[in-house]
Amino acid sequence: MSDDIYREIILDHYRNPRNKGKMAEADVSIHDSNPLCGDEIDIHLKVDGDKIKDIKFEGRGCAISQASASMLTEMVMNKPLTSVKDLTKDDILENIGLMNLGPARIKCALLSLKVLKLGMVKYYADRDPDSAKKLQEDSRTL
Amino acid sequence: MLQKGVFDVEKIRQDFPILQRKVMGGKPLVYLDNAATTQKPLSVINAISDYYTNYNSNIHRAVHQMAEEATIAYEETRKKIAKFINAKSTDEIIFTRNTTEAINLVAYSWGRANVKKDDRVVITEIEHHSNIVPWQILTQEKGAKLEYVGVGDDGYLKMHEYRNYLDSNKVKLVSVSQMSNVLGTITPVNEIIRSSHEKGIPVLIDGAQSVPHMPVDVQKLDCDFMAFSAHKMLGPTGVGVLYVKRDILEKMPPFMGGGDMIKEVHKYETRYNDLPYKFEGGTPNIADVIGFSAAIDYLDNLGMDRVREHEIDITKYALDRISGVKGVTVYGPANAKDRGGVVSFNIGDIHPHDLATIMNDHGIAIRSGHHCAQVLMERLDVAATSRASFYIYNTKQEVDKFIEALDEARRLFKI
Repeated sequence: MSDDIYREIILDHYRNPRNKGKMAEADVSIHDSNPLCGDEIDIHLKVDGDKIKDIKFEGRGCAISQASASMLTEMVMNKPLTSVKDLTKDDILENIGLMNLGPARIKCALLSLKVLKLGMVKYYADRDPDSAKKLQEDSRTL
Repeated sequence: MLQKGVFDVEKIRQDFPILQRKVMGGKPLVYLDNAATTQKPLSVINAISDYYTNYNSNIHRAVHQMAEEATIAYEETRKKIAKFINAKSTDEIIFTRNTTEAINLVAYSWGRANVKKDDRVVITEIEHHSNIVPWQILTQEKGAKLEYVGVGDDGYLKMHEYRNYLDSNKVKLVSVSQMSNVLGTITPVNEIIRSSHEKGIPVLIDGAQSVPHMPVDVQKLDCDFMAFSAHKMLGPTGVGVLYVKRDILEKMPPFMGGGDMIKEVHKYETRYNDLPYKFEGGTPNIADVIGFSAAIDYLDNLGMDRVREHEIDITKYALDRISGVKGVTVYGPANAKDRGGVVSFNIGDIHPHDLATIMNDHGIAIRSGHHCAQVLMERLDVAATSRASFYIYNTKQEVDKFIEALDEARRLFKI
């Protein structure tokens, strides 16, 4: 099983994360952690119109949480907010190629999506309260 | 059965049904998470089942036969525990849910009555959250100050810092773990208690890791409070013990009000029950206290000296083998005699949760994370560690399997 998890691509994103670092003048910055594991993720967003113009993450934790965050940033870069808003748990698991994670490790894989959704809650709070509310609910299921 | 100094581990393993179990598609379970909770021998499981099957009743009140049997079994456990840690009297033994509740009881009852503004409570950097957070709550509420004795890179407490705190003449309480759940460090509690007492300062010993793994004598130590949990020493979850010296306990206000802790209740006043019942409000965890009794019997039969000896032996072996694995950093004292059966480590850039996942594939249960000791993690400057911890039923062959799985992890992560 571990052979399936710790594939080359996961280790590559873990050791050479994409879009990792701070962001000057982000439109939204948000932090969350997984109390079970202590995995931590910060996400910074720059939004242009209805598009994610730039995304960066900072964090520390296991290979799954950090690789998943790195891959998520690539997935949503330059994408319209409307499509990012609807990303699901399965989209993420498919993206990182780990469909069979146990209940404990799945939290690691989904932490970055949770943080991204919470960031969008913040972004939509005044602009579109209904979307903010739905995203807030979404984030609770992750 | 017994060879010189070490017991027959294979025979012991037969007493633990769970150790016969296969995990992860047919692999024998290698259970190395004993500092979190230990497995239970059949005698403990049977004692609980026997209570529910044959004499389930509430204790201390009803006069029927079963209530009497249950009360006797519950109070017999208290006697056994008093003997196990050599308390002077059973009145000094209070049942709680766990170590955490025991420490909170002291913080809320003794602490609120005795700790005042600008007083100091001294703990250490190796403490479990259960011996940190209650004191944070208390000192914040009182405007008192929480002080930490540091731990050196070698895993030993910086005793000169401790002595400096004592010299401030503001310390009201010292609360320290006798054995670190991460580093394994056995702390110099004799010296701590002696020098605190010279200043008239009481000492609480967190015995959650020490009482299960080594002989502990509260009278010899002369500690004022001691807390530990049943589930870390073959007993069930949901039972903890607080030992308090009688003269201190007599002056402590009650912790939780309710049934069983009273003699008389009137509309606006209550006369509290005698010790130790004054501190056991509400129906206690009768079944699990009775189960704990069987756990104490089991350990008594083995002898705590032998338990300790077995753990030194296996820990020494584990430290020796793991030090030969490339890329490994081991935390805590290098000498097995100065530590309990706990080996915390990191390997290369493998996050402990990834390592635990790989170990799990091999049927090996280890712990990964901050081990409820985030203050210590910050001190070590790591986010988390992996931890293998041993008990009476672990073998050197299991240590070998653990080392093989470490090699497999190195292969996967190309270290």
